[in-house]
Amino acid sequence: MVGGPGTVRDRPPLEAALKILVTVKRVPDTAAEKRLDPADKTLDRESVETILNPVDEYAVEEALRLKEQHGGEVVVLCMGPPSALATVRKALSMGPDAAVHVHDDALHGSCALNTAKVLQAAIRRVEPDIVLCGSESTDARTSLVPSALAEYLGWPGLTGAKQLEVDGSTVRVHRETENGYDLLEADGPAVVSVVKGINEPRYPSFKGIMAAKSKPVTDYNLADLGIDQGEVGTAGATTEVVDFAARPPRQAGQQVKDPGDGSAAVELAEFLAGHKFI
Amino acid sequence: MPRVLVLVEHEDGAAKKVTYEMLTKARDLGEPVAVFVGEGLDGAREGLARHGATAVYAAGGDNRLAGPLTGALAAAADRVEPAAVLVAATPLAKDAGARLAARKGWGMLADIVDLDGDLVATQNVFGGATTVRSRVRTGTPVLAVKPNSFPVQEAPAEPEVVDLDLAEEQDGTRVTDHVVQEQGGRPDVAEAEIVVSGGRGLQDPSNFALVEALADTLGAAVGASRAAVDAGWYPHQHQVGQTGKTVSPQLYVAVGISGAIQHRAGMQTSKTIVAVNKDADAPIFAISDFGVVGDLFKVIPRLTDEVAKRKG
Repeated sequence: MVGGPGTVRDRPPLEAALKILVTVKRVPDTAAEKRLDPADKTLDRESVETILNPVDEYAVEEALRLKEQHGGEVVVLCMGPPSALATVRKALSMGPDAAVHVHDDALHGSCALNTAKVLQAAIRRVEPDIVLCGSESTDARTSLVPSALAEYLGWPGLTGAKQLEVDGSTVRVHRETENGYDLLEADGPAVVSVVKGINEPRYPSFKGIMAAKSKPVTDYNLADLGIDQGEVGTAGATTEVVDFAARPPRQAGQQVKDPGDGSAAVELAEFLAGHKFI
Repeated sequence: MPRVLVLVEHEDGAAKKVTYEMLTKARDLGEPVAVFVGEGLDGAREGLARHGATAVYAAGGDNRLAGPLTGALAAAADRVEPAAVLVAATPLAKDAGARLAARKGWGMLADIVDLDGDLVATQNVFGGATTVRSRVRTGTPVLAVKPNSFPVQEAPAEPEVVDLDLAEEQDGTRVTDHVVQEQGGRPDVAEAEIVVSGGRGLQDPSNFALVEALADTLGAAVGASRAAVDAGWYPHQHQVGQTGKTVSPQLYVAVGISGAIQHRAGMQTSKTIVAVNKDADAPIFAISDFGVVGDLFKVIPRLTDEVAKRKG
């Protein structure tokens, strides 16, 4: 294991110009019916439309705003099969400068923790001052990767940020809580995961879309990152699916039409009382 | 008898219900050992004992930070060598669980809703469309448990309290302020037993007051659809759906919500669903146990009155 609580920061404090890395993921379209492939029990990403994970758009936007404030550069990092290059280009079309795309057949079926391990190895090659992630992906929705990433890097992890500010070497976030927020701060470099609503992501301009086609994308495979194939993918996954089944669809129950005076509320209240909710 | 660590979810010593759900489940697997971080142990102790904790491992530090939570779990795990570690599927506890698993080289499963004696966990994925049973292959399983998944049963025990005596974990993260923006005292939408959610049918942000009034009579949390949140009518932390929270309460009340797939993905595993919508063809009715086709501005205030009347 590379990181750990005792790991000393391997970079000097944040400099004026920031090198900002933002992780992105290719996920099935939000509206698509997602399913597991019966053969290997992984998410079938080939039979559905795929998109840039929606929450990652907020992370890319936040990275671009940091660059606008502090100067520097924004590098996109994506782990995913060769077809995820479209997702990388989509992220680049919003304005980042360059991208790193990690792909290797042996990565198929990686668990969340090993995904973080691979991202960490790539991040060490980029040496950013700050790493931004979306708080979760809309497919597996575990939200484990940013936390595990911080641990492997040995960096502070500031998760669930709905506001972010970098001030000298200090990274400050408003972390969403159930009834407000906590103000957290840490000394960079740090991993920050952002929630939807932290900003209003920009739409890629036509110019941005055209420019994205020629922005540099560095490809890494596992050998480049010094990771053994058996450590990751299905072979090295820390978790495994035993079996899965479609949930039986819910059945529509009773329906009443209100005559226009709200009196159907009485029937609804009776239903609720009958089910001991009142 | 194997021991199972349970990370206590609490606010200043007031344990949340999910803690007791986890302790109850842990008794099926072995002896529950509670891990308590922060202030208020004296207040929490009796409840932990009543729900079967055989020991409480306690540590100081700020329980709003993943660092101290992770450090306490790691230290307790070193001493207890548990068969599994249970944490609540809240953002902060999952943060700590993931850090623990990464630190120890263990595997973790998020958002489990059931767990059998062989530590095979059940998860609802893809918005509840698919049920998956999974297990951890590497090291000690770290399992994040969705609130409301397990019943609570008391089984009094007399736990010994063990001070973990940890040096404060220095990962350089500090809490500099704790800001409470909503004083309503309503339960959190992800943990509540009843959720009342409002959508575009409310027409105006001020009409969320109707939803809040009904929620308060029912003792419920308030949720919101993506349309309502995107329009700025209600804060994001209340959003239920694919890009918000996934909830599974005993009762879900959808007010003026059409029930697009992105919303259903966040609530269709609720035990009972009722909906009020003026459009008889709204997809929400296809998954509702009781639907009212009507004007929510007439039906909801009347329902609030009815509920209040019956509750006396």
